[in-house]
Parts: sequence; C-alpha cells; structure tokens
Amino acid sequence: MLQTITRIPVAHYSNLKQRTGYSIKIADKEIALFKVTNGSVYALENHSPHPKGGVLSEGLVSGDYVYCPVYDWKISLIDGLVQAPDKGKVQTYIVEVEDDIIFIKI
Amino acid sequence: MKKLVMIGNGMAGIRTIEEILKLAPEQFKITIFGKEPYPNYNRIKLSNILQGDTSFEEIIMNPLDWYQENHIQLYTGEAVTTIDVEAKHVISDQGRVVEFDELIIATGSKSFILPIPGADKHGVTGFRDIQDCEMMIKSSENDKKAVVIGGGLLGLEAARGLLNLGMQVDVVHLMPDLMERQLDSIASSMLKAELESQGMNFLMEKETVEILGDERVTGLRFKDGSEIEAGLVVMAIGIKSNVKIAKNSGIYVNRGIVVNDFMETSIPHIYAVGECAEHREIVYGLVAPLYEQGKVLAHKICGLPVDPYKGSVTGTQLKVAGIDLYSAGEIVEDSSTKAIKVQNEFDGVYKKILIRDQNIVGVVLYGDTKDSTKLFRMLTKKEDVSGMTSVSLLQSETGEGGSGDVASMPNDELVCGCNGVTKGEIVEAIHKQGLTTLDQVSHCTNAGRSCGRCKPLVSQILAHTLGDQFDAAAAAKTSICGCTTLSREEVVAEIKAKSLTTVKEVMNVLGWNNEEGCTKCRPAINYYLGMIYKDEYKDDRDSRLVNEKIHANIQKDGTYSVVPRMYGGVTTAADLKKIAEVADKYDVPLVKLTGGQRIALFGVKKEDLPNVWADLDMPSGYAYGKTLRTVKTCVGAQFCRYGTQDSMALGIALEKKFERLDTPHKVKMGVSACPRNCSEAGIKDIGFVGIDGGWEIYVGGNGGVDLRPADLLYTVKTEEEVMEITGAYLQYYRETANYLERTSKWLERKGLDHVKEVLANAETRKALNERMDETLKKYNDPWTEAIQNEEIKDQYYAKHTIKVGE
Ligand SMILES: Cc1cc2nc3c(=O)[nH]c(=O)nc-3n(C[C@H](O)[C@H](O)[C@H](O)COP(=O)(O)OP(=O)(O)OC[C@H]3O[C@@H](n4cnc5c(N)ncnc54)[C@H](O)[C@@H]3O)c2cc1C
Ligand code: SF4
Ligand code: FES
Repeated sequence: MLQTITRIPVAHYSNLKQRTGYSIKIADKEIALFKVTNGSVYALENHSPHPKGGVLSEGLVSGDYVYCPVYDWKISLIDGLVQAPDKGKVQTYIVEVEDDIIFIKI
Repeated sequence: MKKLVMIGNGMAGIRTIEEILKLAPEQFKITIFGKEPYPNYNRIKLSNILQGDTSFEEIIMNPLDWYQENHIQLYTGEAVTTIDVEAKHVISDQGRVVEFDELIIATGSKSFILPIPGADKHGVTGFRDIQDCEMMIKSSENDKKAVVIGGGLLGLEAARGLLNLGMQVDVVHLMPDLMERQLDSIASSMLKAELESQGMNFLMEKETVEILGDERVTGLRFKDGSEIEAGLVVMAIGIKSNVKIAKNSGIYVNRGIVVNDFMETSIPHIYAVGECAEHREIVYGLVAPLYEQGKVLAHKICGLPVDPYKGSVTGTQLKVAGIDLYSAGEIVEDSSTKAIKVQNEFDGVYKKILIRDQNIVGVVLYGDTKDSTKLFRMLTKKEDVSGMTSVSLLQSETGEGGSGDVASMPNDELVCGCNGVTKGEIVEAIHKQGLTTLDQVSHCTNAGRSCGRCKPLVSQILAHTLGDQFDAAAAAKTSICGCTTLSREEVVAEIKAKSLTTVKEVMNVLGWNNEEGCTKCRPAINYYLGMIYKDEYKDDRDSRLVNEKIHANIQKDGTYSVVPRMYGGVTTAADLKKIAEVADKYDVPLVKLTGGQRIALFGVKKEDLPNVWADLDMPSGYAYGKTLRTVKTCVGAQFCRYGTQDSMALGIALEKKFERLDTPHKVKMGVSACPRNCSEAGIKDIGFVGIDGGWEIYVGGNGGVDLRPADLLYTVKTEEEVMEITGAYLQYYRETANYLERTSKWLERKGLDHVKEVLANAETRKALNERMDETLKKYNDPWTEAIQNEEIKDQYYAKHTIKVGE
C-alpha cells in the first residue's frame, strides 16, 4: 500500500504549557500533543490501548511518560509503549519544531 | 461479555483470576462463590497464626476492595450446591442461580477426618481454615492437653502452634518415622530429637481407634488398647479433595476432579484447578504447582496459546521456628540411584542428594538448607552433574553467606518456589520499575506473597541490586508510592521541617527516584501541602487527576458528567428549568438523579463544559472530588409529622460551610430529623440525627465498598455545637489521615476512643476549628473561574481542530 506522509502545522511551540496534554483533531484522527519538562514535544494517538479505551490528553505527565487518566496505565511518550505490568502500544507520530511552529508528520 | 463463574474463593482459584485479569482485563464478567465468610486469605499462614507470629488481618491477600476494583461479584459465606451442566448455571445454598459461559471449580480440599467412633465430638477438629484456628486458640484457654494425630507437615506445624498457645502436646503417628513422605529415617530422627527438645511428645506407631468422651472429647484409645487424655484433638492425617458437587453433576471424578493438561474436566467449558483437581493421577497439596496450573488455565480460558501443564516436582519446607529442613523429589535410594551424603552430627547437619543417570532426582537437607534453591534448580532443569564433585554440589560456593551468595546466583534460579519467580525476574523488575522496597517487589512479581519464606532472599537480592542506594529500614516499610521510600508521616514531617512549598520542590528535595512523580504521589503531595499551608498554598492543578483537574467526572467514552450543587438536596423550579434547558440545548444523552439527592447530566463534551456551566449558572457540586460531596437531608420538622428538628436547614448550613474543602478522600454527610433516619445518616462519613432537644452526631459510616455502620460520637444540644464538633472532627481527619483513606478506615485505625479524647479538649477543638476556617478562606467556585479565565479555558477545555490542507 502506498503511504503518503503529510507534514501538518498544529500549534505554536510557545503557546504550549509544560506537562500538559492537548487534544488535536487532524481530519478524522485525534492526536494528543504533550510538551514535557525538558521542552520536548511528543504526539501520540489520543487513545489508550486499554481494552476500555479512554483519552490520553487528560493524563498526568511525569518525565517522558503519561498516565492514562481512566485506568492509570503508564505510557511512554517516546515510543508509545505501555509500561509493565500492563502491555500494549500507542501509535506515535513524528514531531518537528521549526521557528516556534510545531509540525506533525502523518 | 462472557460470564465466568468460579466456585471456591481460595488461593489457587484467585491466583487464576489474577492471571486472567492480567491477560484480558475486560473479557469476562466474573462471579465468585466462597463458602468461607472472608475474602481470599493466605491459608499457608494459618500455621503462623497458630504459632502467634501474625494476625488474621495480616493474612488477607485480596481485600474486598480488590474484588470491587476488578468488578468481581463476590458472594462470601455462600456455597454452591448444584452445577447444572445442561442449563449452564450454578445454584447456591441461598437459592441464588448464576449462569455461566465458563466455570472454574476451585473448591480446594478439607481435612481428612478419621472415620472412627467419636470423631464428631466437640473438641475434635481438622486444620484447614480460619475457623479451625479460632477453635484451637479458644480451646487452649480452657484445656491444657492437646493431641495431634498425624506427624506430617501440617500436624507438626499445628503441634508447634499448640505448644506456643501453652498446651501440652502429644503427637500420635502411625508410622515409625515423622514426615516419612518427605524425609528419610536419618533426617526424620534428627527432626524428632529437635522437636522433643522443644517440648513435643511423640507416640509413634500408634493407631487411633476411638475418641473418648461424652459430648466433649476426653481422650483417645489406640489399637493396642492403651488410652491417653485429651481436651483437644487435631486431625492432620491428610486432605480430601472437595469433589462432591462436581461428582453429583456428572463430571468425571477419581480422587480429585480429573483434568487434562489444560485443566479441562470431562465436560466442556468446565475447568478445575487447585487441590480439588487431579492431574495425571496426582492431587497436589502445595501452592507452587497449583499456581502453575492457574497460569495454564488462565491462558486457556482467555483463548491464548500456552504450553500444556505437565505436572510439577515440589519442594517441601517445615514452618517451625528453629528447624531448617528441605526436601524435594525422591527420598529413598533404590538400585538405580547413587547417593551423596554428608552427616555432621556435631552441627546437626545432614544432606543427601540422590542421583540417577547424571541427574539429581532427590534432595533431603536438614540443619542447613542454603543450597536448596540451587539443588532444586538442578533437579527441575535436569542439569548434568557428572562433571561436578560432591563437594561443589554440597557447598555453597562462597562459604560466608550474605550477598555473596546472591551475586553468584544464576539468573534462572528460582527464588520464590511458591510463585515460580526467578532471580532474573526480580532483578529485572527492580531495574525496570525502579523498585526499592520488599513490598513493591512482592507486588510486581508475586515473590513472597505465599508462604513468605523467600522474603529474606528477596531482600538480599534487592540490597545487592540496588547497591549503595539500598536502605534496609526503608525497604521494609510502606512508602507512599514507588517513587520514594518515605512514608506519609515522613513526607509530612519533611515538608514542615524543610518548609517545602511546591509539589516539585518536595520531590526534588526529598530525592524522588522518579523526578516528576506518579499518579499516586503527586495528588497526595498536593493535598498535604494544601493541608499544611492552608490558604497560603496555591493548588497545583496539574498534579490532580483528570476529574479534579477538569472539575467534572470523566466517563469511559471521554465525555464528562456535570452535577451542580443542590444544597441539602433542595432545589427550585427556576433551577430545574435551567437544568432542563441545558440538557436540551447540549443534547445531553442522560439526565439522572444521583444517590446524593441531585441531578447529573451525563455525556457532556469537554469543550462544551464551560458553556454548560455558564448556562447553568450554579456552583459546582464537586461530584468528582476528594472533598465534601453531598449533605443528604430528610424533609424534617418543616413537613414531616415525626420530625423533631429542622434537618434541611442544618444540611444546607453544613454544605454551605464545608463545600469545596479538600479532604483526603470524599466525605458524605446525612441529616435526619428523627431516628427513623430517612437520609441514611448511619452510613455517612458524618451523620446527624435529630432527637428531642438536640442532635446525635455519628461518624465513620460507609455505604460503599467497606460497608460500615457509623459510631455515635456525641450528643449535643445546639446547631452551633454541631458545627463546632463537625469542624474539629473533619480537620483532625484532614490532618492525620493518609491520602485516599476514607473516614471509616481512618476511624478504625485511630480508634473511636482516641478521637473522642482528642475532641474532648476545648482548646484542641478551638485550634482545629481555627485551622479549618483559615483553610476554607481560599476556595472559589471552579466553574465560575473557568468561565471567566481564558487561559484556563484554553489549557483545559479547548479542542483544537485542524483540517488537512490548510
Ligand atoms: C495450615 C496449612 C499450612 C500450609 N502450609 C503450606 C506451605 O507451607 N506451603 C504450601 O505450598 N502450601 C501449604 N498449605 C497448602 C495450601 O494452603 C493449599 O495448597 C492451597 O490453599 C490450596 O488452594 P485451593 O484454592 O486449591 O484451595 P483452598 O485455598 O482451600 O480454597 C478453596 C475454597 O473453596 C471453598 N469451597 C469449597 N467448596 C465450596 C462450594 N461448594 N462453594 C463455594 N466455596 C467452596 C472453601 O471453603 C475454600 O475457601 C498449607 C495448608 C494449610 C491448611
Ligand atoms: S427521618 Fe424522621 S423526620 Fe426525617 S423524614 Fe424520616 S421520619 Fe420524618
Ligand atoms: S517461596 Fe513461598 S512465598 Fe516465596
């Protein structure tokens, strides 16, 4: 299957607060954007892999992890992996920051 | 969801459920029946209870909360009497009928009681459950003479316990050697000598034929005609699988319920696990193999691939202080085995290893069991020992013990036999999850959660793995979460002593190993800071979990519910109209009355919240918070013919005064105007009941998970007194409870008398109320704040939608 990658501007870097999740809708995809304490920005699918689901953007952010707000799963913002004892993976997206503009590659 | 029913609420069954929850948390609607009136407890520790080392509370493995959290319907004190395999349902002794798609039978076993005359007399018991233990403890208060029939593991552990209870104990054994199934005669005689020196008396090769006495036992008669006296008789000659219900329903039963390598019985969708199950003609009576069975069964039931269960080799240990023995595999030499033996009579050490074709097939160790895990590994892994000398087999490599042993231990060596946990798994968990306490290791790996004998070794591994960072005292206590080794008391003391003022500073200065904390510690620290600094503290909104951060309850689909305040459950036509209009305007999918006498709007989208609040123009009901939720009131003297007081007015006054206050957990109140108690004040955190000329104040009630009736704290005359006592009581709870500890648990921990004593002092009450009032100054309505503050709106409620191509 042919895949096209699009680069989409989503927010101004300086507008984002640290340790806060933002939910962004791009076409029909819901994405959670996080800026962490060291300034890095991550983008993940805004959906927990827990069988009952739930959004991630409202979760508590600690270092490079977010805790899913509904079932408290700990998820890595870097690679989307759910931390033990739970299992699973969240889709992650490449983020690029240029001149205060954050782009997501989809 | 498929319906899973389990009969039996014991160790093997619950472990199976734990495994299922790990594999597929949402696959089943689970119902469990347990004949005993308790949640799952650690049966192994009954020996320790009898020996006085632990208490009943401490051996609970899965508290009721656990069942609740995992949405398991548990019926305790209720036995299943019938399995209808055609209709696929079970029927309990209370007549309850529950359907199943899959059924697990985990009924365990019962003590085998000798079928001899008099076995049904008072004072004769098995040794199987809490009730048996209680009976023995009670007996020891009146009777001084006990007889234990059976010189196996259970019998000896029971006998040791009865000695500790101050009884004189005779152990009657049919065979010439004690524990003959686990020990050879040399080890057995060493054991007997040691137990005799501890005060046990043995009657060997005696067959009991009758139990004497009228209603109560007075003695035993043996086959040889001799008799002894006894006020208590404990039968510990073996166990019998509980198979009756299975048998009656047509499931194939031999000694136990016969299962294949996937724990399936002869009837599809019905499984058996634990001591009630017979696998390849063996019924196991130790937890390690049962837990292995549970793991296989869990995979099978969840439809996941798994290797078949092929049976287990078990190792045995005796839980009696001062005795160190271990045995596994074969015990007695035959023509095809060669033995390595070491006997040191002076030190009381005996070791024997049986080898067949280069493999270890049996181990008996007495007096020094340091090598047991190593030898057991070699036995189960069938390691080739031909290249090893007998000395290297029988000598711990680094003589001195301590952490040297741990360092040289291979990663695949079993550390916790009961739960099948290896050193490698423990080390990995410590590293990966940053564990620092024994508690955490047990929690993450299960190691140490059964008999507990591996705990010293797990501690050593923890110490070795952490190296310099290891802090022995800290490792043994319960910390507030995995990010720190500090307890609640220590964190609070440090905050005060070092004047720490923000969540971040607390984590930094107190050396959190996880720099930005987790969902357990951050909300807790935020609460403690607010409690300590009263109105000076600026709340850290991002350290709150979603509901308190957004000021609405998140639902499983990511929408929220909105519950406006209705003081005392009293509303007006105007407010009702507003609610109706909002529900209409925003297409609210569900409008429902709550248990706390107000109206909830369910299914509101996050981005609509500020507008919904603005349109409602009512204060937040804090239905999402660790704070005062509702004050439920009855209609009272204003309208009810029984009412003696104005319950609505008091309820409204209480709610207006204490609304928004941060508390360690949610707090609910109820006010009734007479003892008929229509507001159910007896199951509230604080309840008020009007009587002629005053109010009764009840505390510590709970209508939720831990159902608990409230205790009467005071009877007072005036509404002012009600306010004063309530303020002081609540503040004392705020200052001394652990975060997330409900008042019911807190009151039980502190003791009603203690709390009464504290509140009896007028000075203390005054000081508590002053601190309360100062705290109450800081609160504003969070909904109004959100409506008026663009920054808050943008950060917490805005939805950013981007169309591709723009
Ligand atoms: C004193 C003592 C010391 C022990 N020490 C050790 C040790 O050191 N090491 C070790 O590995 N093992 C030890 N054991 C054995 C271990 O406790 C058992 O192997 C284990 O508990 C068996 O688990 P189970 O789930 O099969 O049965 P159980 O734990 O007995 O659970 C079965 C449950 O099912 C309930 N039940 C039965 N019929 C029904 C029904 N019809 N409806 C509803 N409920 C029903 C029973 O009341 C019981 O609560 C010891 C046992 C005892 C009694
Ligand atoms: S509690 Fe008493 S006063 Fe209140 S409504 Fe019920 S009967 Fe009436
Ligand atoms: S060996 Fe029994 S709990 Fe670990």
